[in-house]
Amino acid sequence: MAQHNDVVNNLYKSKEQFENSIWDQGWDEVIPGAAVYSFDGEIQAPVVTTLPEDRNVAETNSMNKYVGDWRVVKPVWNVDLCIDCQNCWVYCPDSSIISRDKEMVGIDYNHCKGCGICSDVCPTNPKSLVMFNEQITNEDALNQWPEKKKKGEK
Amino acid sequence: MAQNKKIMELNEVEVWDGNYANASALRQAGVDVISAYPITPSTGTVEGYASFHANGYIDGEVVIVESEHAAMSGCVGAAAAGARVATATASQGLALMIEVLYQASGMRMPIVLCLVNRALAAPLNVNGDHSDLYLTSQSGWISLDACNPQEAYDLTLCAFKIAEHKDVRLPVISNQDGFMTSHTAQNVRPLSDEVAGKFVGDYLEVNSLLNFDHPVTHGVQTESDWHMEHKAKQNDAMMKSASVIEEVFAEFEQISGRKYNMIETYKTQDADVIIVALGTTYESAHIAADNMREQGIKAGVMMPRVFRPTQIEKIANALKDAKAVVCMDRSAPGGQLGQLFQDISSALINTPARPIMSNVIYGLGGRDMTVIELEDIYKKAAKDVENGKLSGSIQEWVGVRGPELKYYNVEGN
Repeated sequence: MAQHNDVVNNLYKSKEQFENSIWDQGWDEVIPGAAVYSFDGEIQAPVVTTLPEDRNVAETNSMNKYVGDWRVVKPVWNVDLCIDCQNCWVYCPDSSIISRDKEMVGIDYNHCKGCGICSDVCPTNPKSLVMFNEQITNEDALNQWPEKKKKGEK
Repeated sequence: MAQNKKIMELNEVEVWDGNYANASALRQAGVDVISAYPITPSTGTVEGYASFHANGYIDGEVVIVESEHAAMSGCVGAAAAGARVATATASQGLALMIEVLYQASGMRMPIVLCLVNRALAAPLNVNGDHSDLYLTSQSGWISLDACNPQEAYDLTLCAFKIAEHKDVRLPVISNQDGFMTSHTAQNVRPLSDEVAGKFVGDYLEVNSLLNFDHPVTHGVQTESDWHMEHKAKQNDAMMKSASVIEEVFAEFEQISGRKYNMIETYKTQDADVIIVALGTTYESAHIAADNMREQGIKAGVMMPRVFRPTQIEKIANALKDAKAVVCMDRSAPGGQLGQLFQDISSALINTPARPIMSNVIYGLGGRDMTVIELEDIYKKAAKDVENGKLSGSIQEWVGVRGPELKYYNVEGN
């Protein structure tokens, strides 16, 4: 799990992690035309064959924009129930379901906006992804996981 | 791109209307993409260019889109991709593309817009006035104004060089009067394709979207964190563009012999009464001023060649010895004083010059402004100078049926 959390957390860098953060820059560094670069420097390897955590993303890339506070409900993942079908990974509109080698590794809470689509498309019974209120800790959420539904039960 | 491969041989003097002059300038500038939706009276610009394209004179693309909003959007996209881009429109078309005009200037896209000035509906009207020109006054576009087809041709060529200058990178509008200029064929001395192409030069790409090695996002969202720096930088570039415009005008004079100034003046040096007007009225006022001088009234005319950025210092200098200044606005002012009046009076407000300022609203929807009417305006202003004060109100509507329409009666102490 520790390794998994590293992958998820490496997808977002705060301004403190940048040597010359845009927040410390001034008038002279503003690029005219509200243009921002996606990567630092020129691209060395093809982006499609480079994992997101290995890409040299610029601070101004939306990858480094924290939008977790847009959320009022969050998906919680129950690893014991998950069958790695990848449905949530396919349907997530914000690339916030992180999967490596076709195995789900976690949820990117820095970018997930809590739309609930992942929970909707989860095929297990009970669901492996369930939406909880933002203030409930994931541990508490796992302790109050819904029961398996009976045939015909809504 | 710099120049189209196929050369068109031109006579020393051609008989062109303003639209054809625009189309020829666009052809010679070697534009990569024209994205347009033709509208009267600017149709001839797009039509002329499209016929050049159909006849093999254009290496670039002509994209006929579904609306003016899409036309300017197409221009923004193509410019962001790294192309030299232009379009043409008028009136309602300009009104529909206004949202994208702000996008273009904020994104610092050096687009050239040939705006053929026409009234805004309602009532529906295809004829010339300056309502659409004024609508662009705060859009962040540099705005140049022509009085005849020759000037329209020259300024449209200059517009590319100004817009694409590395210190400017702002879109430019080349204005001309609908019908009076756009549909009136006059003598035009064009440059050869080679000279014009060399003058405009190669297009300098900045942060092109098609540079796949250095991906970039244009026109991003900024909130309170960075928005103000971007707008300040954009406005700063606009303010500093004046020196570039002067450079471009000087360079153009060298190749063409035609001199353009930031503000144009006619006999203002010793003038007591000065009319300030845009477009074709500036030329008509020359005749009126000459006639007035024969009658002993020292009359002069002034026109801001560069409407935006407003040349406050130069206007103030040109009018510093005037005794009366009449600002002629060819647009319904919407319950205030005319745009030109506001520009000109703000130039004088902190100077010792205290000419009698007045505002004439005229020529809406293509109504003629004759030399006789202009002489009457001069005579009235000269009388005010004699009396030492403005007779009546600041704003007066002329050439309109019905009662005298005068507004803003402020008695000076």
